[in-house]
Amino acid sequence: MESLIPADEFCANHNIEISFIHSLQETGLIEITTIEETGYFPASQLQELERIVRLYYELDINLEGIETINGLLQRINDMQDEITTLRNRLRLYETDE
Amino acid sequence: MYVDYYNILGIDKKASQEEIKKAYRRLARKHHPDLNPNDKNAKSKFQQINEANEVLSDPEKRKKYDQFGKDWQHTEQSSGSDKTVYSETQFEGDFSDFFRSMFGEGARAGRSRQVKYRGEDYSAELHLNLIDAYETHKQTLTINGKNIRITIPAGIENEQTIKISGHGGPGINGGPNGDLYITFLIANHPKFKRLGNDLYTKVDLDLYTAVLGGEITIDTLNGKVKLKVMPETQNGSKIKLKGKGFPVYKNEKQFGDLYITYSVVIPRNLTGKEKELFTELSKL
Repeated sequence: MESLIPADEFCANHNIEISFIHSLQETGLIEITTIEETGYFPASQLQELERIVRLYYELDINLEGIETINGLLQRINDMQDEITTLRNRLRLYETDE
Repeated sequence: MYVDYYNILGIDKKASQEEIKKAYRRLARKHHPDLNPNDKNAKSKFQQINEANEVLSDPEKRKKYDQFGKDWQHTEQSSGSDKTVYSETQFEGDFSDFFRSMFGEGARAGRSRQVKYRGEDYSAELHLNLIDAYETHKQTLTINGKNIRITIPAGIENEQTIKISGHGGPGINGGPNGDLYITFLIANHPKFKRLGNDLYTKVDLDLYTAVLGGEITIDTLNGKVKLKVMPETQNGSKIKLKGKGFPVYKNEKQFGDLYITYSVVIPRNLTGKEKELFTELSKL
């Protein structure tokens, strides 16, 4: 079973309000599971959550902006994968080393 | 080395706090590593911008920087520090030597965002040849002074990145370590080309075998294979050897195919007799 991180512990460590986590949940940027009135998120989302926190607090980007950035970063990743595939295909036609 | 913070932020020495804030925000958004995931220089550039902002947005630090900045080594020596030689600016940590000498190690303002929960992610590149990538094997890597033994599964692709969880920077406040990302760079093989799980190679065929058919022995990545050549095989024709290609990543009992392109070699330096026979053949 995937380990869970208490949302309030994360907030205390990063010195942010729990309401920020709730707003991320409302916009669908992260998923929170509530167990006995405590909110938890999966450890696999930690990296993503920390990235969102940095964008929001360090760069003053609002949640709509972060959603847009996520979409664009996904496109960049997809294109990067495509470039890698094409580059590997091109090696078929390169002269022997 | 003296670091020109005004130049880094692209502002005038008389810039107001509002102008500094604006310049910082603009450059931070442009160079933030989270927004430039494939740019290896983004992190160091962002650190420079952060450092410049750290100093210029704090009136006390800015005053000290303006007053002593260019004489920073003198300032550092008079403060009695053990460090005396600084040859270049380093951004490996959060701050340059210049910053540390002027403001000390703990000079960063009380910015809550500096508390990290999870450790930093590391990335590394590992060069392999095609034969290395053909079989699952172990390698020991040294990352930031630590030896890590990893298993490289057969069939790994050129430029494929794998994540080794927990082998990045240490976590803070009991948080988990960061991850290590290794990108594999696989060199071209002189004889075999790879596309996904399939291999491609060229095999020279002498004219007589191409015309009359016969048997030849060819190299594959896992040994020699005997092949029957059909009579009247054309130059450039292709055959497929099923299952003689590359192992499938994380499913190494499955293999791609090997595609062979025949290159018919026309004989050179013909003897008189050979020329005579070819002429005779051409007249039939």
